[in-house]
Parts: sequence; C-alpha cells; structure tokens
Amino acid sequence: MELLEFFQQHWGEMLAKTLEHIQLVGLAVGLSILIGVPFGIYISQKERLANLVLAVAGVIMTIPSIALFGIMIPILSIINHGIGFLPAFCALVLYSQLPIIRNTYVAVKNVDANIRDAAKGMGMTTRERLIRVEIPMALPVIMAGVRMAVILTIGIAAIAAYIGAGGLGDYISRGISTSYTTMVQAGALSVSVLALGSDFLLGQIQRWISPRTADSK
Amino acid sequence: MIQFNNVTKVYQSGDKEVKAVNRVNLSVEKGEICVLIGPSGCGKTTLLRMVNRMIEATEGLIEVNGENIQSLDSIQLRRSIGYVIQQTGLFPNMTIEQNVSVVPRLLGWDRVKIQHRYNELMDMMGLDPDEYRNRYPWELSGGQQQRIGVARALAADPPVMLMDEPFGALDPVIREHLQNEFLRIQKTVKKTILFVSHDIDEAIRLGDAIAIFNAGELMQYGTPNEILSNPRNEFVSQFVGSDRTLKRLNLLTVDDLLQRVAAVRQKKQKSYKEACGGSTVRRDSDLRNALSVLLSSPTGAAAVVDEEGNAFGNITIADFERLVEVHPAQLKSIVQ
Repeated sequence: MELLEFFQQHWGEMLAKTLEHIQLVGLAVGLSILIGVPFGIYISQKERLANLVLAVAGVIMTIPSIALFGIMIPILSIINHGIGFLPAFCALVLYSQLPIIRNTYVAVKNVDANIRDAAKGMGMTTRERLIRVEIPMALPVIMAGVRMAVILTIGIAAIAAYIGAGGLGDYISRGISTSYTTMVQAGALSVSVLALGSDFLLGQIQRWISPRTADSK
Repeated sequence: MIQFNNVTKVYQSGDKEVKAVNRVNLSVEKGEICVLIGPSGCGKTTLLRMVNRMIEATEGLIEVNGENIQSLDSIQLRRSIGYVIQQTGLFPNMTIEQNVSVVPRLLGWDRVKIQHRYNELMDMMGLDPDEYRNRYPWELSGGQQQRIGVARALAADPPVMLMDEPFGALDPVIREHLQNEFLRIQKTVKKTILFVSHDIDEAIRLGDAIAIFNAGELMQYGTPNEILSNPRNEFVSQFVGSDRTLKRLNLLTVDDLLQRVAAVRQKKQKSYKEACGGSTVRRDSDLRNALSVLLSSPTGAAAVVDEEGNAFGNITIADFERLVEVHPAQLKSIVQ
C-alpha cells in the first residue's frame, strides 16, 4: 500500500527519472552498436584479432561496475566531467561491448558454410558477401546481443546514480542512505519493469527482422 | 573448352604433404558433360573447385576457353562460371527471384533484362515464375530448391558450369526426374559442364565423358561406353561393378529396345502372346526386369504389352545384342 501511495505522489518525478534512465541506456547502447557491430564483423574476417578482442571485452565485463565508475572519475576529471552523465555513459558503452561484439562475431562466423561457399562461388567479393548475405542472415543473433546489452546496462545504470548520473537509481541510492524502504522498493521495481518491458519490445523487433524459416511457421 | 595440364594440389598436413590431386591431365570438349567420379577423398571436388579458383592449384595449368585462369581476376572468373552445390546454397534471406538474379545483379544488368531472364529461366525449369517470385527457399521442396539452384547458376548464361553433386541429397525418384530434366535443358543450352558425382549410374546416365579418380589420380577417362566395356584397370572395373552390363539395362525400357529392334524387323505377327508361350512384359518396365522374364520364358521370348495389357510386339534374348555399343542417352526417351 505504501508503495502505491509512493507511486501516486511521485509519478511525475518518476516519469522524468525513467526517461533519464532510458536516455542514458539508449545513448550508450546506441553508440555501442555503432562501434561493436562493425567491429564484430571486422574481426569475423580476422581470426587472430578476434581472440584478443573477445578476451579484452571479457575482462572489461568482469570489472565490478562500481569499481569501473571509480576508475572513470579521475580520468574524466581531466576534462571536468568526473561525475555525472559522461562517466556513466562511458562505462555503459564499455560494458555493452562484449555482448554486441561477441554476438556479431559468432553470428557472422556461423553462417552456413554451404551458403558462404555459394556466395563466394557466384563471384561475390568479401564486401558483397557480407552485405547481401552474411549480415542479413546474422541479424537475429546480432539483435539478441543488443537485447542482452540493453538489459545489462539498464541494471548497471541504476548503480550509476552513485556518481550522479541520475535515472531510477536515484531512488535506490537515496532510499538506502535515508533508510526509506518504500523508496528503495519503488526504484527497484521500476528498474525491473523497465528491463522487462525493453526485453519484450526488443524481442518483438528481433522476431520481426528474423528471416522466416520452416521452424518459425 | 576446359583443359587441365598436369594439375596438382598439395595440402600440408602436419609434416606430411598430401597430394589431393596428382598431375591430372584432362580436356573437356565444348558443350559436353564430363562427370568426375570416384570414392570420397579421391580429389574430384578439389579438382572441380580449382576451376573457379575456390581452391588454388599448387602446380599445373587450367585453361577455360583457352585462357589461363590464373591470368583472370578470380571474382570476374567466378561470375563467368555457373556454380551449383549439393545443399543448394540458396540464400535464405532472399526470395526465389532475388536468388535467381544474384549474378545478373552483380554484373549490373538493368532491371527489365533481369526480370525477363528470371521468367525465361523459371519457364525452362518448369516452374511458374509468378507463383515462386516472392517465395522463400524454405517454402520449396528439396527438388524445387535444387532446380532453383540450377536456374541461378544459368542466370548469366555462362558457357561453363561446375556442379558438385547437385542431385546427391535427393531421394531416388526425384533424383531421376531431375536428371531427366537436366538432360532436356542441356540439349537446348549446350553448356560445358563439369559434374561431380559418386553414383556410377548417374555418371553413365548424364556423362558424355566420365573421369574416374582414385587417391588424387585420374584412373580412366572416356565415354561411358568405353568405361563400361573396357575398364582400364582393376580399380575401374571394381568401381563400375561386375554387374556393369546389367546396370546399363536398368537405364533402358522395353520400349527403347523395341524401337531399336523394329527398324530391322519387317513383318508383324498376328498373335504375339501365343508365339511367346504366354510370357509378357510391360512396355515401360526396365530391361533388367525384362531380361529376367525372358530367361524364365520357355521360348526365350516375351510379348510386349501396353498399359491395357494388349500385346503389340515381342522381344527375345537375341534382341539384347542390339544394345551393345549404344549409349543409353541415345536411346532413352529423355522426358518422361
């Protein structure tokens, strides 16, 4: 009941915080796609580089988020953006690299060897093969990576409230420091709803772009 | 048209050198189907893929239309050669029309020309152009997919086609049907074709020439008849099988034999059934079965009956002699 009252009293502010959250995640994942997808495609053609890149991206994933935010602060302080939107944004871009690069790499790599062979044998250049055949076929798996990245960053962005990035995490951090349980619950609940909602939406997009096959009938 | 001169392909396997193809000399005439056949790992597919430089030859010279393929750009070369593979390799993200039009689009043909060509090819394949235009490969049966695969390879009208076991994954009935269709189409398009197969019956049926390989080496190269009647060595005779003559009979029907015999037999008999002691064979049964009937017939002859059971001719064991030295393709009624 208390929770309901909280939502009733603060709905305007909550909406603004949610939009802030979406903005942070959206911009971070957006940039991540622009970096990660071309990069994933590039390394799918360069086997040696692939192992190195995937290892580095894997290491970044293992750094606890609060520690990564901590690392960002001194670095970005140089340009006077030690706290706030920018360090959070940078950290989220780094975190979402792994699922996006890895999925892109695996998807392009796993295109049926017969189909790649046919494309080559028809006289397609590497570029034509990627654009006309391999990327369209890899798209559903790439999209799955984007979906994973979005869910991941929605959660991590909540923690970014500690370095002043705003968003729904504010309720959680403020609630904890003031021992206001309802506020923590409201924050946590809205973060989960946002994550589930985005997952559903992106799932629909993923289904829509998947080439129709015999099993999806 | 396609010429292999001392072509060798060496693979490095650990410290050892493996010769997948060993000094092969082969020449395929314009407009002919040459079937490359042999057991798995004999180098037939490697040899095929060296023609469009999907695999580079280690040594030797390959010429297509008198041009050394090494002197050509590999992309341009591939666009000028039709390529069909076993699992169709159709692009699942493209419609049938897009699949068929891939090479013309790469070559930058204009829209009207591409569409015209698509309609023409589908008609040739016996598929309705409009019905399939916007459908996707998975909606088609295996046989239909393979036909689209052949149409796609023919799209830019290349003089040379490479086919790697195109009918290998199909069931026997569909395979036979497609083989017949393929021969019918080849009669009009007259491409120079290299065709990889592991099925000696298919090779006999389709090939103007057959090249038998073992362990990277060319064992024998000749017409099906030469190979069936005169295997050069132990390997070839084992490969074609000791029942090779009977195999040929499988490919022919009673009707084929009757046509052959009718040319020399003048008078018609009144009652075929009585003259043959009651043994009958249907006109559309294959000659292997017919021979079996003749062997068990007391008179050594059998009446040929049509679908309604009316006798209209007869055959004897002696008639089979007329089939010696005849290529099945010359006899076989191609379209069934």
